[in-house]
Amino acid sequence: MIAMREPLVRWDWIGDHTGELGELSAHHLKLALVPVLLGLILAIPLGVLCAHWPTLYPPTVAGANVLYALPSLALFMLFIPYTGLFSDWTLMLPLTLFTLSVLVPNVVDGMRSVPEPVRQAATAMGFGGLRRLVRVELPIAVPVVIAGVRVATVASISLVSVGVLIGNGGLGQLFIDGYSRDFPTPIVVGSALIVVLALVSDAALVAAQRLLTPWARARGRTT
Amino acid sequence: MITFEGVTKRYADGTVAVDDLTLEIPTGQITVLVGPSGCGKTTTLRMINRMVEPTSGTIAIDGKDITDSDPPSLRRGIGYVIQQAGLFPHRTIIDNIATVPYLLGWDKKRARARAGELMERVGLDAKLAKRYPFQLSGGQQQRVGVARALAADPPIMLMDEPFSAVDPIVRAGLQDEFLRLQADLHKTIVFVTHDIDEAVKLGHRIAVFQRGGSLAQVATPQELLADPADGFVTGFLGGERGLKRLRFFQELDATEGAAEPADAG
Repeated sequence: MIAMREPLVRWDWIGDHTGELGELSAHHLKLALVPVLLGLILAIPLGVLCAHWPTLYPPTVAGANVLYALPSLALFMLFIPYTGLFSDWTLMLPLTLFTLSVLVPNVVDGMRSVPEPVRQAATAMGFGGLRRLVRVELPIAVPVVIAGVRVATVASISLVSVGVLIGNGGLGQLFIDGYSRDFPTPIVVGSALIVVLALVSDAALVAAQRLLTPWARARGRTT
Repeated sequence: MITFEGVTKRYADGTVAVDDLTLEIPTGQITVLVGPSGCGKTTTLRMINRMVEPTSGTIAIDGKDITDSDPPSLRRGIGYVIQQAGLFPHRTIIDNIATVPYLLGWDKKRARARAGELMERVGLDAKLAKRYPFQLSGGQQQRVGVARALAADPPIMLMDEPFSAVDPIVRAGLQDEFLRLQADLHKTIVFVTHDIDEAVKLGHRIAVFQRGGSLAQVATPQELLADPADGFVTGFLGGERGLKRLRFFQELDATEGAAEPADAG
């Protein structure tokens, strides 16, 4: 008997499933990006506090790193009793915690990237503490913070697929599908789409940074 | 007039930065604080806008204790220029200059119009308005720093080694323009430098600080050169070199028909 050799990719399968692939990609993106956004919302105040009171920084980073060191699957499972098996939050809340280990240090580094003379000039011009933070320090921190957001985004997009083990993994769904049917096409297509999502998101962030910080293009030359 | 009365600044580790300073800084003149590094001149300057709070003693502006006003509003009425310019890298030149007017709540149009005027005044090409600080040379950045300090027309300007970070030729040009500007504006200027030549060139009055944060002498440049109070001041003036400068001044006065006769001790 001659075994039918299954090709790596059946192009017609892609054509038949474009709608489904689009939905999975969109869902994947949501599962990956909401945590980055939430992580940023948490990391900014945490980072600002750590930059202001340096003694807080080591324990905060240690805490974030311990969270990051936990296996993602274990953390997903820990959340199931609280958020429910089929909720997106079961995935998004642990992923939010994961982003902190990248985002908090970047916010702190961003705050530290504000040159001391600039900080002093701002104070001497009559900026109060909060106004100085919002109008001077955070804007100057943006390039460094975005560098962290890029790393967190790509990591998050990749990690979402692990969620398939608890039944909700965006494009990761295709891996199970392909594996259970001994059919490689969905696995290849899923992987390719995840890479594309990561690249597109990263490019969007680079573009956003260019737009937000036209002043940062030749930073080395600033005094 | 800014008055220091028995002002001492002692840090938590016991270091005394400024020791029992009593000093009057007259209105409308340039008072230069000069001395070796670590002599307390910058600390003295920063106590005027409450960037540093004294441990004891009082500082008053026109008789009003500065601790009566809250620091941000006090600072908006005092221009501040520092060595590294300290421009906001994320703001255009025009918006850097308009910083204090914005803080004071001026509308954008008026603040920018004022900033534009100042650019011209300090010799900056209007084309630079939309640039960012990194696109300017050191000398240009320093002009922006001066314009920014002048934006809300504060009666007092604090200048901390504003021209030290640029090369000597640019520095001389900036000093000359600064004197021309001051001839129009008559601000009360407190100017910190470690360079005695700069002090002599710019100051109506010079306060010489010594290590330990105490005053060695306060005098006009001519008095200082003619009659240094002690060995420290003589040494700081550069000994013989100081005398040469004095002779130069006297010859200059003779040839110009003694432009400032009252100043010659």
